[in-house]
Amino acid sequence: MISTQTRQQFTSKITFKPFVDNWKRYIDMFLLPFVLTLFTLSWQLVVWINDYPTFILPTPVDVIYTFNKVLLDGTLWHHTQVTLFEIFLGLTLGITTAMLFGYGLAKSHLLEKILAPYLVAMQSIPVVAIAPLIIIWVGSGYLSKVLICALIVFFPVLINTVIGIRSVEPNLYDLMRSLQASRWQIFTMLELPAALPILLGGLKIGVTLSVIGAVVGEFMGADEGLGFLINQARGLFNTPLVFVAILTLVIITLSLYGLVTLLENRLLRWRK
Amino acid sequence: MLHANHLTKIYNTETTALQVIDDISFEVMAGEFVCIVGPSGCGKTTLLRLLAGLYPPDIGEILLNNRPLLAPSAEIGLVFQKANLMPWRTVFDNVRLPLQVHHLPAGVIKQRVDDALELVGLTEFAKHYPRQLSGGMEQRVSIARALAYQPKVLMLDEPFGALDALNRERLNEELLRVWRIHGQTVLMVTHDIHEAVFLADRVLVLSQRPAKLVQDISIPLTRPRNLAIRYKPDFSKLAYRVRQAIQ
Repeated sequence: MISTQTRQQFTSKITFKPFVDNWKRYIDMFLLPFVLTLFTLSWQLVVWINDYPTFILPTPVDVIYTFNKVLLDGTLWHHTQVTLFEIFLGLTLGITTAMLFGYGLAKSHLLEKILAPYLVAMQSIPVVAIAPLIIIWVGSGYLSKVLICALIVFFPVLINTVIGIRSVEPNLYDLMRSLQASRWQIFTMLELPAALPILLGGLKIGVTLSVIGAVVGEFMGADEGLGFLINQARGLFNTPLVFVAILTLVIITLSLYGLVTLLENRLLRWRK
Repeated sequence: MLHANHLTKIYNTETTALQVIDDISFEVMAGEFVCIVGPSGCGKTTLLRLLAGLYPPDIGEILLNNRPLLAPSAEIGLVFQKANLMPWRTVFDNVRLPLQVHHLPAGVIKQRVDDALELVGLTEFAKHYPRQLSGGMEQRVSIARALAYQPKVLMLDEPFGALDALNRERLNEELLRVWRIHGQTVLMVTHDIHEAVFLADRVLVLSQRPAKLVQDISIPLTRPRNLAIRYKPDFSKLAYRVRQAIQ
């Protein structure tokens, strides 16, 4: 335990402004619901005033009604499950390969010279241009979606792994060597924790892109998943269902992002 | 205990070869406190890193207890110019690092880390992170880390260079206190002549680059030494001798 004396030393450095603090907390708590309500109300208002038909712009009520319907009959959950599965496998594959390659590139300038041009060239091709090729090669099953997802996740995680590993203080390598640490110990005790802040930054970009990857894959050819649902609903002029699918995708992305942020808060407590 | 024989180090860049260390030989007895001084940029740090086994000399050899030193050894504890703490580890975990690398049992680790922290007076900061510490405290943690493995030789590379004069004096006295308790052999690089005279049994003076050993001055001041000794005529005379030896 930290003694009370030192605790006092540390807390006394922070000047407390309780009033402002509380005020800020209230704003934080109510800001999001407030803006969300305002947005929904103005949306409803716009549709009423202009009297748009539902297939052009449904009202929030239409969307909530449809959401409830597909939620209860199990359609939404089925397609969400499929997309989540693809995202999960795609993320795992993309992150693992990106970290392996990234570590190799960071440690070997030769490898970087050989591979870097191709990796950058690969990144310059839009994923929608590669997606049809992948579907031709591996078929329209879930594997093609996993690969497209992994592909789009790969680059940001790779770059951040390289930067993260290269950011390790050279003096700390000397320290580890002077302690006769093994290669594995240098990796687990130095490189991994030192690169973690930047690595998690890459992961944040990666998880948001992974959702796009899965949906792009499903757009190109699929018979299930949220991307397929959007395509199907669009064909049937069921615009509320398109909104429901998009909303679900947003929720997935926000949850994934939130998960990484949670991980960040846990692992990087020392920076607080 | 420690023999340096004809140490020479040459750095090869793409165009030129830069000789940093030129045929340096000396010997350090067990339990001796030796300071290495010289003009800045002369290669003091390089010499200490050679002696720590971090990289090999181009010519010559280092003997630790009559065995050639070819790689870093558990018998040597190294303290760097910067504290070199891992910002993601608490003070306790930073001091624990060497013991963890060498897979010591948890009970032993706890005891040794506690002892080392007590020795440098940081027991109550065990759970703090490095960024919550002052520069002087950080350097004390780094000394505790070097001591935790209980090395026979402690090597310090300008450990107090970044501290203000008062903090430096305080840590000088603390280092002497630690040394008196444990009796390690200490080898310390510094550019501060008064620090060297205050601490050392012997001061080795290096020349400009390429560094040669120009003088080996013994410091016969009585121990234990305290603040007062810094203001005695003997002290000044010795400091002046060291200063004259540095070109």
